[in-house]
Amino acid sequence: MNARSPWSEDRATAVIAANRHLRGALLPMLHALQEEFGCIDEEAIPLLARELNLSRADVHGVVSFYHEFRRSRPGRHTIKVCRAEACQSMNADGLIEHIRRRLKVDFHETTADDAFSLEPVFCLGNCALAPAVMVDETLHGRVSPARFDAITASTLATEAAR
Amino acid sequence: MSEPLHTVYVPRDAAALSVGADETAAAIRAEANKRGIPLRIVRNGSRGMLWLETLVEVETPEGRVAYGPVMAEDVAGLFDAGFLEGADHALAHGLTEKIPYFAKQERLTFARCGIIDPLSVEDYRLHGGFRGLERALAMTPAEIVTEVTESGLRGRGGAGFPTGIKWNTVLNARADQKYICCNADEGDSGTFADRMIMEGDPFCLIEGMTIAAIAVGATEGYIYIRSEYPHAVATMREAIRLAYDEKWLGDEIHGTGHRFHLDVRVGAGAYICGEETSMLESLEGKRGTVRAKPPLPALEGLFGKPTIVNNVLSLTSVPIILDKGANHYRDFGVGRSRGTLAFQLAGNIKHGGIVEKAFGVTLHELLYEFGGGTITGRPIRAVQAGGPLGAYLPPSLFELPKDYEAFAAVEAMVGHGGIVVFDDSVDMAKQARFAMEFCAAESCGKCTPCRIGAVRGVEVMDNIIAGEKVQANITLLNDLCEVMTDGSLCAMGGMTPIPVRSALKHFPEDFTRSPAAVAAE
Repeated sequence: MNARSPWSEDRATAVIAANRHLRGALLPMLHALQEEFGCIDEEAIPLLARELNLSRADVHGVVSFYHEFRRSRPGRHTIKVCRAEACQSMNADGLIEHIRRRLKVDFHETTADDAFSLEPVFCLGNCALAPAVMVDETLHGRVSPARFDAITASTLATEAAR
Repeated sequence: MSEPLHTVYVPRDAAALSVGADETAAAIRAEANKRGIPLRIVRNGSRGMLWLETLVEVETPEGRVAYGPVMAEDVAGLFDAGFLEGADHALAHGLTEKIPYFAKQERLTFARCGIIDPLSVEDYRLHGGFRGLERALAMTPAEIVTEVTESGLRGRGGAGFPTGIKWNTVLNARADQKYICCNADEGDSGTFADRMIMEGDPFCLIEGMTIAAIAVGATEGYIYIRSEYPHAVATMREAIRLAYDEKWLGDEIHGTGHRFHLDVRVGAGAYICGEETSMLESLEGKRGTVRAKPPLPALEGLFGKPTIVNNVLSLTSVPIILDKGANHYRDFGVGRSRGTLAFQLAGNIKHGGIVEKAFGVTLHELLYEFGGGTITGRPIRAVQAGGPLGAYLPPSLFELPKDYEAFAAVEAMVGHGGIVVFDDSVDMAKQARFAMEFCAAESCGKCTPCRIGAVRGVEVMDNIIAGEKVQANITLLNDLCEVMTDGSLCAMGGMTPIPVRSALKHFPEDFTRSPAAVAAE
């Protein structure tokens, strides 16, 4: 489940301060902010720049370089689907087609009910059990279209039970 | 207690979890409780026979007996059959270590993986852990470096550079601070050995890095793990905490004057950060753009200081080299490829997993004797060896021995030992297009041949696939590949032409099909 707390400057300042002692602290700070807010909010850029004595352009450059950092809040769950060669050999393309049709979204989009954001990924390290999909931080192997439907259904059922 | 306590092993490796290992473990616990059977469940790493996951093992007087793949719904039946005594069952495979796939391997680096509880220092010690470090603590730095050099160990990340020579450069560099950086940004499709050993034997990596630190006089280290590996990150962080608790890390390592501090840093989804200089930039908190070399990282690496950058499997091979001596390790292998490599059978393969073998094993042995052919049952048409920047090879080359030089002679690479298998439904023009697409998506953008070349490469491949001026476009593609090979700053742009050109060379028929012919199929 993605954290999606609304933006709070106080909270962001505290998150940044908690990583101040690290060398090369910008990536750990960005990870911590994304874990708190679900994305790197525009408001976070000047805070980071001031803390690390960088220009806002420098911080923006780092945020935009890495695929993992999002600029907008994701859906409640993130689905990462592997597009790399080992999964291709097990018809990942067919699975991706199924997922697009089933969720009615393309990559980098979020479903209308805000439940799932769909992201492509190059390799999840599960190449002997391809095709692989990761839902939040849970890895799934040998994902057929039917198994994909079961995984999303169970994700929603678990959420409803809470 | 009248009834003996049974021990059951259920892996916690991410690949096992991906097919329900947690659910299987929970079902075993519930069933044992229901039947009033006292049971100890150890969450081990994976044995590497991934098609058998979830591979459940039961401790018996004869050894560990394997059952797999075990789903939660199989558990009650296993209890009924008496699996706690190692009884026969449809899912039984006998003694784990007698399974041919496992028995035929030469496990040096992965000797403990899948056997021990990865987060038990005690278990690690019982299986020979920290013996290499203990020996290193009694040696001079130069002696340690010599031992590693003489073992013949070469970088396991793919480039194959002699590890001892790199260490020697850092040892001889004068600086107030040196670093050990472990490259655990295992981004290549078809590779999972780094992940498996971090999840299955994390202390081995800590030990290897600590030996490296003592060898060159470094006091700080970082493990850069990709964000796609949350389980490996969690396991390594916990192992580091335990190692500090037991004084295997910190200011006085095991009561000596040696100091080494280790931390995990997490990547953020950039493939290029597996390139060593790009990884250093990322560790410094910057965009992961590639640095020009020289200066070598060994002289000006992290924060401008002398730095060892080694792959996970290079570092996890060091403890056994120090423990058993350089000769023991060097006695495995052929030519200038010494020791073992953890081959990874991936993609469309019946028996996918880790096969640790001495260099010299052929692709044919790996694909058929170990791998059992494709899972779809169709003939193997191509394999990609050595990751997304590695060559596509046809069956006519499967007798080639796995040896750095033998592979280089046919414009291919052993790399890290990852092998992705494709059956005869593969379209090699599409694979060549993907190589360019991947490079376009993951290029750091610093040098033009890679940044622009990959985008042009996708366009040219699209034209070829559409059947437009095919011969002229193939000539253009070859020109473009030459520019990328010769003009790129690092292996990303420089080696992307390898899968493209090998596909074209070995499977030319896939590039000359007109769309009309494809549609008619």
